[in-house]
Amino acid sequence: MANLTPELEAERKRICQIAKDAGLDCFETVFELITYDQISQFAAYGGFPVRYPHWKFGMEYEHLSKSYEYGLSKIYEMVINTDPCYAYLMEGNAMMDQKLVMAHVYGHCDFFKNNVWFGKTNRKMMDQMANHATRIRRYMDRYGQDTVENFIDVCLSLENLIDRYSPYVEKSVVNSETPPREKNYLLKVERDYMRDYINPPSFVQEQKRKAEEDAAAQAQRFPREPEKDVLKFFIHHAPLADWQVDVLTIIRDEAYYFSPQGMTKTMNEGWASYWHSKLMTTKILNDSEIIDFADHHAGTMAMAPNGYNPYKVGIELFRDIEERWNKGQFGREFEECDDVKERKHWDKKLNLGREKIFEVRKVCNDVTFIDQFLTEDFCVRNKLFVYKFNKKTQKFEVDTSNFKAIKSQLLFHMTNFGQPIIRIEDANFENRGELLLNHLHEGIDMQPDFMSETLKNVYKLWSRPVNIATIMDETPQLFRFDGKEYTQHKLSEEGPTPNPATEESSGS
Amino acid sequence: MGIREDQSRFKDIVKGKVKEDLRKYVSQGEMIGKREDEYVKIPLPRIDIPNFRYGPKQSGGVGQGEGQPGQDVGDPGEGGQGQAGEAPGEHMVEVELSMEELADILGEKLQLPRIEPKGHKNIDSLKTKFTGIAPVGPEGLRHFKSSYKSALKRMVGSGTYNPEEPLVLPIRRDMKYKSFKKVNQPQTQAVIIYMMDVSGSMGEEQKEIVRLESFWINTWLKKHYKGLETRFIIHDAAAKEVDEDTFYRTSESGGTLISSAYKLCQEIIQADYPTNEWNIYPFHFSDGDNWSGEDTRLCVKMLQEFFLPNCNVFGYGQVESKYGSGQFLKDLQKEFGEDERITLSQIESRDKILDSIKDFLGKGR
Repeated sequence: MANLTPELEAERKRICQIAKDAGLDCFETVFELITYDQISQFAAYGGFPVRYPHWKFGMEYEHLSKSYEYGLSKIYEMVINTDPCYAYLMEGNAMMDQKLVMAHVYGHCDFFKNNVWFGKTNRKMMDQMANHATRIRRYMDRYGQDTVENFIDVCLSLENLIDRYSPYVEKSVVNSETPPREKNYLLKVERDYMRDYINPPSFVQEQKRKAEEDAAAQAQRFPREPEKDVLKFFIHHAPLADWQVDVLTIIRDEAYYFSPQGMTKTMNEGWASYWHSKLMTTKILNDSEIIDFADHHAGTMAMAPNGYNPYKVGIELFRDIEERWNKGQFGREFEECDDVKERKHWDKKLNLGREKIFEVRKVCNDVTFIDQFLTEDFCVRNKLFVYKFNKKTQKFEVDTSNFKAIKSQLLFHMTNFGQPIIRIEDANFENRGELLLNHLHEGIDMQPDFMSETLKNVYKLWSRPVNIATIMDETPQLFRFDGKEYTQHKLSEEGPTPNPATEESSGS
Repeated sequence: MGIREDQSRFKDIVKGKVKEDLRKYVSQGEMIGKREDEYVKIPLPRIDIPNFRYGPKQSGGVGQGEGQPGQDVGDPGEGGQGQAGEAPGEHMVEVELSMEELADILGEKLQLPRIEPKGHKNIDSLKTKFTGIAPVGPEGLRHFKSSYKSALKRMVGSGTYNPEEPLVLPIRRDMKYKSFKKVNQPQTQAVIIYMMDVSGSMGEEQKEIVRLESFWINTWLKKHYKGLETRFIIHDAAAKEVDEDTFYRTSESGGTLISSAYKLCQEIIQADYPTNEWNIYPFHFSDGDNWSGEDTRLCVKMLQEFFLPNCNVFGYGQVESKYGSGQFLKDLQKEFGEDERITLSQIESRDKILDSIKDFLGKGR
């Protein structure tokens, strides 16, 4: 498959060895030399050569190729998380760029292979994607391209409604045969003769009745527990044709495939940048290439006042961790030291840095990465701040450089990809087979026009009225789409079961 | 490959969206001045697939730099670097359409029939069109690349090709020639003559409407006629021919004699456009005031005797203004009623431009 020129192939071998010697542990990595048009095409397909037919890929391709044509942006590297990994080099790039890309790619490949969040990933996704494409083409032949494409639109509209952590949770096996453990609802009795006094029969009866009621209520709930994997729920319970179930399954599988990449964006780019920078400057570059490298590298690391650059924050954090663990700037003794001077010159010469960053790249995702390793010193040194939209001036403005605020802002953006968390609360809402979604509001409202459109798409799958409870304009509200009308109802603070029927003129 | 299919699906969707919103684009002045070979950028609000997401203005972000609280950081939506496989940002989608495509959309949306140019039978011209490769032909049309390619094939096939000394020698039967055939190219010539009342009651907005409307009429007619000419006449009590720029800029006051414009128009046609060879489209825009009933009768006479028999269609567009009485339209309606050869259209506002274009061009003449 690989079609590198002899010169590039020689560099690839060399860089591969350098990466290995530095401790990187990669799947075999196949580089291909392709034209920018192909790069745009693959990038539009999320890196894959083949995807199912859908206009959004065409749109993405149009954007990428146009913005390259107009000199607005250029994709330098692309690598697919499969075994072997596939990566692309662009024809006609300068040798320095090619080397940089290769070094960067080996960083990604090591990450893909070793980070635990990629542990459940299907490494044969190339085949799987092609298989998906075939299945969807077959449905298009049978049911018409428009029908299938429109249905895909609906599925894609909900593709972020998966449970990103569910692949990592060991399912506890509940055997429905064994009766649930009887709840100990009686008060504890130390002495036998006291029993009837402490737990009189009427009290026992009462407790028993309550417990049974609770259990019955629990048993009637559907789903039993609120369900975050909305797509899975629809696959099992929505009234869909077989082909629709299959299409939905495909969309869900692909969403889960891409999920770890979203969960580790900062780390992954930081790790790859850390290694390309380290290997390039110490082993790979020749003297004449240093300037070009510095130029290119600086471009990648640029951080705008209004933009978070995962490459930059990632690489700086890895470097910071390495330095701190080399110098022993961690642990209780260091944390409790509040002498600025002493802290600054703290160096226990532990040299644990390299080991530590390898450990971090193995076990963390962006949330735990930022949560554990973002320090106040780091924020000050890197001049980070939080910006917010000012309603008065209608502008985005610097809000604060308070450490806690920065950290919580970053964590907020990384949790669930910075997307609202939505669960299926009740699939038999109001005992009418309606669907109730619940948005776990965390201080930020959803965008209303997107919400209404998405809710209409939920209806297309569920075929019965759908509701979503959320907070909008500081008021708990229920939004409802019944197939014809989109309505909005205020919810009382404590009333979890709103009754839209009473507010409607007719129930039909 | 798949991506081309996806791309054309995307473009189809875009065209559909443009069609839905066509009224908006037609009543915007931005397109004016575009030529048919130019692309126009049409912003499409959200062809994104909707999902549950946070409102962008509510969420802030983390930035870097020497910022003091309160300092403006600019719109986070702008700039930033793209990365492969990343979800598309929250930007507007801008699509490019050629004027020709836009004209298609216009035609499709308004269900405009294909115009049937008159007289095309008589004046078709033959045109040579190169269509392929043939084994015989004049030396002047020898196709160099194909000839050498077949020579190379022959030599490789017969084992006479030596890669050490890569010399390709074509012989007679390797030669390939461009082949052509004569195709009928309808010689479609057309002229549009715009006439406009520029008396005081035609204000800026009224003229803008005429400008927009005539732009779209041009765009549509250009699709059908390879050689399209446009002429411009302004009039108040007297008429004169002007260039396009003056046409839209001039503002006069004083009386209105519509017949003066019609006379000049007739002279231009008679001088430059033999009516059996040219497709002729006179369009007249005014707010409907004429100096006298006498003059209106003169106009009607000219329409009956000259314009209607000789033109594809005569268009009269009445742009509403605060001051105009709108009498001229009523007079013409009374006189011509349902006559196919004249189209009367009332344009109350920008929003009605699209309907008016349909009035004018919907007959396919």
